[in-house]
Amino acid sequence: MDPRLNIIDERLKNIKKVIAVSGGKGGIGKSSVASVLSLNLSKMGYRVGLLDMDFCGPSTHIILGIKDIYPEEDKGVIPPESHGIKFMSIIYYAGDNPSPLRGVDISNALIELLAVTLWGELDFLIIDMPPGIGDAILDVIRLIKKTEFLVITTPSKVALETVKKVLKMLKELGIQTIGVVENMKTGESYTKKEIEKLEIPYLGEIYFDKDFENSIGDTERLLKTEFARSIKNIILKTFNNF
Amino acid sequence: MHEWALAEAVISTALEVSKEKNIKEITELRIKMGELQQIDLEIFEFALSELTKNHDILKKTKIKIKTEKAIFRCNVCGHEWSFAKDRLTSEESESIHFVPEIVHTYMRCPKCSSPDFEIIKGRGVWLDSIEVR
Repeated sequence: MDPRLNIIDERLKNIKKVIAVSGGKGGIGKSSVASVLSLNLSKMGYRVGLLDMDFCGPSTHIILGIKDIYPEEDKGVIPPESHGIKFMSIIYYAGDNPSPLRGVDISNALIELLAVTLWGELDFLIIDMPPGIGDAILDVIRLIKKTEFLVITTPSKVALETVKKVLKMLKELGIQTIGVVENMKTGESYTKKEIEKLEIPYLGEIYFDKDFENSIGDTERLLKTEFARSIKNIILKTFNNF
Repeated sequence: MHEWALAEAVISTALEVSKEKNIKEITELRIKMGELQQIDLEIFEFALSELTKNHDILKKTKIKIKTEKAIFRCNVCGHEWSFAKDRLTSEESESIHFVPEIVHTYMRCPKCSSPDFEIIKGRGVWLDSIEVR
């Protein structure tokens, strides 16, 4: 019997909302949305945690310019705060080195982190999910029972087809989907119609923002981008009763 | 001190099992500890003894901890080898202590240098058996 599985609910019991930012495809902006969503929520006065679950390609620390911090230990691992966000990532342990992990190792690493991380009281725990529709999504559903999914897509038909699969799987498993955000929009698209056909809320659109890349690593500049303003609008619309 | 967090997990599991099975007294807990966790057993045992004090059901419990040696098998060439802490720097070793899978970041197959290997034995914490009265 693995006792670590037994303590995970206890570790997460003082977190009001757990949101996994997912989408299936790589390169659609999951990490950017997860990072700026965390930043915006923190600036709005919420208590926020961010868990970078992309163990093989962590990037939220780069987007938020997080460096030179390390967790403290006191009867567990206490995530350090940066920009008001309690931040947990494999980078504390792997640094800039590659972590070539197979599925079973990813599951075990996640179980270990969830069993020993002391998040304390949070309004939101945002999880930046890796690409794919396999191990990571299934593990988050299995281990963090109150997770709700925020699904990212782009106007690309290729991204949308994978997103539809993610949405169908979540529906089949009875998992709460907050809705879909359309990122990198450049003009008209069919995304909204396609998502509404599946009876999933279309939360909003984020137009392609050429200033975003130049703002990476600088939270003040990030918050001034059109990208961040669009996410703030989505937060106000989606979590106005929270 | 994340030994404390793991000790809490063990005690919480023992208590849940005792509640489910309506057990009145646990006489012995056998714990298997993977070598890769590199747990400070003294701290772990201290945490367990402190945590058992709060529960009548655990006040007379003997706790036996067995360390399981870590064994790795390369997925590319099939070579098997054991954990050699002295080949790692103290920072690497500390990182593996927190997240044992990080061993894939700092260790390679000694025969073919691949990072693609399995941890066959010696990771994680297991509650092996619970003796009751």
